[in-house]
This record gives sequence, structure tokens and C-alpha cells, in this order.
Amino acid sequence: MTRELTVGFLPLVDACLPILAREHGFAEAEGLSLRLVRDVSWASVLDRLLYGHSDAAHLVAPLAIATTLGRGRPAQPLSVPFVLGLNGNAITLTPALAARVGTPGRLGDPADVGARLAVVAQERKAAGRPLRFGVVHRYSSHNYKLRYWLAASGIRPDEDVEIVTVAPPFCADALAGEVDGICVGEPWNSVAVERGLGEIVLVSAQIWRRGVEKVLALRESVLDDKRADIEALIRALVRAGAHFVDPANWQANAAILARSEYLDGDPALILRAIADRLLLKRGGELIHFPDFMFQYREAANFPWVSQAEWLYTQMVRWDGMATGTGMNRADAARAAHVFRPDVYRSALQGSGEPLPGASSKVEGSLAGTTAVGAQQGSITMENNMFFDGKRFDPTDMAGYLASLP
Amino acid sequence: MRIAIVDESAARASVIHQGLASLPDCEIFVLTERRGLVARIGEIAPDVVLIDLGNPSRDVLEEYFAVSRALAKPIAMFVDESDAESIAASVDAGVSAYVVDGMAAHRIRPLLDLTVRRFNAFSRLQADLAEARGRLADRDAIDKAKRILMHGRDLPEHDAYAEMRRAAMNQNRRIAEIAEAIITAHGLLRKDWQLGAKL
Repeated sequence: MTRELTVGFLPLVDACLPILAREHGFAEAEGLSLRLVRDVSWASVLDRLLYGHSDAAHLVAPLAIATTLGRGRPAQPLSVPFVLGLNGNAITLTPALAARVGTPGRLGDPADVGARLAVVAQERKAAGRPLRFGVVHRYSSHNYKLRYWLAASGIRPDEDVEIVTVAPPFCADALAGEVDGICVGEPWNSVAVERGLGEIVLVSAQIWRRGVEKVLALRESVLDDKRADIEALIRALVRAGAHFVDPANWQANAAILARSEYLDGDPALILRAIADRLLLKRGGELIHFPDFMFQYREAANFPWVSQAEWLYTQMVRWDGMATGTGMNRADAARAAHVFRPDVYRSALQGSGEPLPGASSKVEGSLAGTTAVGAQQGSITMENNMFFDGKRFDPTDMAGYLASLP
Repeated sequence: MRIAIVDESAARASVIHQGLASLPDCEIFVLTERRGLVARIGEIAPDVVLIDLGNPSRDVLEEYFAVSRALAKPIAMFVDESDAESIAASVDAGVSAYVVDGMAAHRIRPLLDLTVRRFNAFSRLQADLAEARGRLADRDAIDKAKRILMHGRDLPEHDAYAEMRRAAMNQNRRIAEIAEAIITAHGLLRKDWQLGAKL
């Protein structure tokens, strides 16, 4: 018998796995009928999830943790048994600002671009017109990566510049006067480039080479009630991931994602993101940045508890300043428990997919290629560094926070 | 009670406005512009904000509520805080509500119920309209697919249509769906949006 699952999403390239799981029959092969519900704000994706309109959702990872901790709304425990992808965002500046801080013709070194940006940020602050950046949500990896980079570059995100929320479809428009830069997922950076309103200066993978991005989130109670169906969904999503990264499928998948019921966008721009190609500036050359999006290799979808904990440290770091709430043990434990490697393992036990032996790791510790312990298959991890070389050891969150600017 | 209705559809906003006008002691503000929305909300200082789920400015508004220094800032209504049934009904209808803390539930419920009824009435109108538009769009797709077949396979118009009708019958699908498939396949085979030799 086919069981129906409803999955909410926002029209972004990294909503690809649920869409392809449905379109290529991977869900059907697992006995699932996937119904996909598109929204235009994370608030609505979350409302549908919490009120039972959807069983699961494509969600910005920090929002799953914020919802569990009751930031901004009463607490509702969410679970993340699967990561939909790593990175895939970019920082796009107005052409005038890019001319001052960017590196012509290529993606610059984040430390260099940051140092040049710090000079402009001080000038603009002194002139009473601080630089303003748009991110897609307060609780988004975009916000945290942008802030991480700014702070490590000597720019205090809440004092030297302004950071505001801009809905992805309006990011390009916002560059025409409301903001000086945006941090957003594809295809919205490329839309701004095509319109001549922005130039891409960095991609999020340069800030943290293996940073968690969107996740599959669901209410903890739904995970318990529909455990078998959710595990089937995880298997279908893994197959969709393998299909997504295969160059033979790029063009066809771009055409599917571009359809009006999904992203309703330009297949050429979507294809670029899938192929890790970016046009940094209108009229320039396409550049190749390997692993711009990261959907499958190295057990990319495994919900590392250490990644949930890293997100929690950033929540403490930035919310804490505004509200005075510091780190506390109970919240840290609840945040860590949002990511559910146990469910991921149980879903893929006995499949050909590699399963990491550990559930947590020191983030940002690998500069080269390293084989890591696996309880099934073999896993080789590549560079997972933060651009400033800092490591996040989840056993010492307080020490990590104290070490950050 | 100061109520702000945020809706990019001026038609629906006015339908809601009319519905709420009957409530006693309510001052209603309608905001249909995305630009300057947050500043406007700041000026109005509403007790209740009603915004449709399809409005892309919801995240922007929530951010504003989160960082606003105003004492009475609206927060999202939630099942365990108020009347679960009427909130679920509002999400079903496609509208979300933000209410300042301390607003009594008995004052909110009639307001939400009215809003939901108005939203549902508007949706029914929209559905009728969409159906009419859908029929037009179907006809466009069929014409376009017919032209693709006529040019691609050098068929006369009548035969092109007969081919599509046969495929529809064989696959137990609507003829418009067959037409859409032909248009999609035709688009895929075009070369002009490929990445080209650089890959």
C-alpha cells in the first residue's frame, strides 16, 4: 500500500532532493507517494509543519533548532534525521561595493575580501550610513556564515553594519538601493548578477568548507508516529542525492527544478548551481567552484550532532548579545538532540551507503583528505576547514565561544 | 483594538477589511505595499497583525517583531497559547495572526473566525476564476504542442491533434497533459540553455 507524505519547501535549488525523489520515482519505489507544498516564506513552511499541513519540510537548519528551543515562538520539538545539503549560498554585493572589496574575475580569499570590507564598513559607519546586508532569515545558516565571516574580519555584525531580513525573491531588487550585499541561496545570486544589480564575491563554502545548510525537519511526534515512512523517505532522498550529483543528469534535473510548480525559474541558472558553476559578474566568464553545493559525497546527508551543536553556539553568540541569554546545558542538550543520526543509520542499515562510526566530530579539523571510521562502507573526508582555521570541538562549546571574536 | 491587515492582494485585503468593519472598537489598517512595510507597522503599533501565508514578507515581519524594542510587540499565535481550533482553522484558510501578549482570547476569537470566513469566501471566488483561466491555459498548451508536432513531423493540423488525442486515450491522461509533456520535451531538446563546451 502506498503511504502519502507531504513535504513543504521553498523554491530554492537545494529543495532538489525531495523534488527529484518524487519526479524520478525513488519515493514511489519505497512505497511512498510524495506531495510537495511550496511556500514563499520560512514562516509559512514552519506553520504548515507545526499545524500538520505537512509531515516534513525543507528548512534552514538553525530554524529547526530555534523552534525546538522556543526562540521567537513557544517551543515545539523538531527532529532532523537527514541533512538536505551543505553550502550552496553566496555573498553578492552591489557592483560599486564589489569593485572596492572583491577580487576581479574570481572568488577572492575570504580573509582578503573581509579586510577590504572592514575598511569600507568603518568609512560608512563614520559617515552615518553603515553598510547593510540582507539575509534570508534570522535563524538561517546564511546569517550565521555571514556573521562568522564579518566577525572574523574585524567587523562587528551588530554594531559596525546592519543585517536585515530579505525574502529570497526580492534579494536582487534589494541590491538596487535597500542593501549593499546579500547572502542567499541559488538561483537568487545569479538572478542579481544577470540583472546587473550584483556581483558574487564569495561563496559560503569558502567560509566553512563543509557547512550544514538545509535539513529535512519534522515534528518529533510525527517522526515517532511515522517512523517507517520517514526511514523510507530517507532512502528515497539518498537515491535522489546520487542522481543529483551525476553530471549525466544535470540538464534534465535543471529542467525539472525549473518547472512552474517547483522553482518556476530559469533552467540555465539552476543548471549552473547544480554544476558548481557561477557567473560572478554580468558579461564575465563562468567559473567552476567544486563543491559549491554538496548533496551526496562523504555521507553529506548524515546529521552530525556536532553540526547541530555548532549552530547552537552561533545562536548563543548572536541571540545572546541581543537578549542577554547565555549558553545553558539544558538548551545545548536539546539542540544537540534535534539532529538524529540514529534514525539516519537505522534507515540505511544494510544498504550500500556508508555510515559513519561516530555521531559527532571536531568540525574544521581536516585540511586534507582523511579516511574516517565507518560502521558500514568506507568514508573519505576532504577539507572541512573554516576560513580562519578555527576548530570547533563539541566537547568544549564554552571554550569555543570564548575563543571567537 | 488596532488591527493591521497585510496582504499584497488589494482585493482580498478589502474583502477582509469589510468583514472586520462590523467589529466594535476596532481600528483597521490595510497594508498592501511591500516597500516600507516594517516602518509602517512600527508607526501603526497594531495589537493584531493578520497576514496571508502566501506573503513573502512574513520572515521580514517576524524578524522585526523579534528585534523590536517596542514593549507591546506582536508574537505568532500558537496552539498551546490560545484557542487551538480557531488557529488551526486560520492556517487552513491561509492566514496567520500575530497578537500582542496579554490580549484576551475572547477578544481574538471572533476576529479570527471572521477573518477565516472572509478568507475562505475569497478563496472560493479565486478557485472559480482559476478554473476558468485553467481552461484557457489548456487551450493555449494544446495549440502550442500542435504547432510543435506540425513543424517537427510535418503533419497537417488535424493529424497533429489526432496524435495527441490518441496518446491521451492510450495513457489515460488529459489531452492538455500530453500537450504539456510535448512542450517540456521540446524545451529540453533545445540547445540554447546548455552550459556548452566549458563543462
